[in-house]
Amino acid sequence: MHELSMANEIIEIVNQYVADDKKHLVKNIKVKVGRFSNILPDSLSFCFDAIIQSTSYTNVKLKIEEVALEIICDQCKSKNNIEPYSFTCPACGSAQIKLVSGSELTVEEIELEEEE
Amino acid sequence: MSIITIERKVLEKNEAIAAANRKKFKERNIFTMNLVSSPGSGKTSLVERTIAKSKSKIKIAVIEGDVQTDLDAKRVEAFNVPVVQIITSGACHLEANLVRDAFEKFSDNDTELLIIENVGNLVCPATYDLGEDIKVVIASTTEGDDKPLKYPAMFRNSSALIINKIDLLPYVNCSIEQLKRNALAINPSLKIFQTSCTTDEGIDKWIEWLESIVKSR
Repeated sequence: MHELSMANEIIEIVNQYVADDKKHLVKNIKVKVGRFSNILPDSLSFCFDAIIQSTSYTNVKLKIEEVALEIICDQCKSKNNIEPYSFTCPACGSAQIKLVSGSELTVEEIELEEEE
Repeated sequence: MSIITIERKVLEKNEAIAAANRKKFKERNIFTMNLVSSPGSGKTSLVERTIAKSKSKIKIAVIEGDVQTDLDAKRVEAFNVPVVQIITSGACHLEANLVRDAFEKFSDNDTELLIIENVGNLVCPATYDLGEDIKVVIASTTEGDDKPLKYPAMFRNSSALIINKIDLLPYVNCSIEQLKRNALAINPSLKIFQTSCTTDEGIDKWIEWLESIVKSR
């Protein structure tokens, strides 16, 4: 259940960009969650929705972009997406691979509505 | 609609503290091991066996992480090594700031090996860097042979795997060969040891490897 800590960290980061009197204007918080980040998107959404209740972000939605686990093979140089239970190159079978993406856990963007 | 682009890591606070921990450990010439596994696979038993065999050769200190109680710290204390217990009061993993604060409580300055025993959990501790040199994961035979596939991050991020409770192999549904294959599919560079903390089988090989990496730090 470390998604709860993650949800808290996300709000703390956003707090650094949005003044208290503007928080109700925040419409979307976009985050990237890699397939190999050990974070369950559904669980993160659930935790985020739970803790947001006690904040001034009254209109906010957490938009999660899932990032595939992509590898590049040291042997055949091909790039492929893999599932996180077999770390070998799907093209040539080599285990000499490097992760290109999939470990991400980042806050990307904050979208605010204009004030009326 | 206005957009603020920020691109910040969610874990940046923990990562910054972990980096500071790592710098401090390096400056003091301390090798650090983050010991991870599911609950009950033998982390504290392995710490006990490691201290018993190595403390005459290496100065060891231990940070114990548990959700509740100081039972593990008491077990380790019996071996006369410095130990600090972290009680997370519910949190399922250690974070770098807890390790930083626990480390401040040690008065000895000559530690060569700091063992951090994480909270028993194969999921969350994989995400939190504590500033350690290596992670070592334990999988015991009673857990079956599929754990590396089910919890890949922990096995991918570890340098060594200890297959513990090999004395129980006749009684449990676990193939050592399958367990090794599964672990190596996740992380081909894993160094694998087979141990029993009850009979001491295999402990010497583990100790030999550990002492050699601590010495070459």
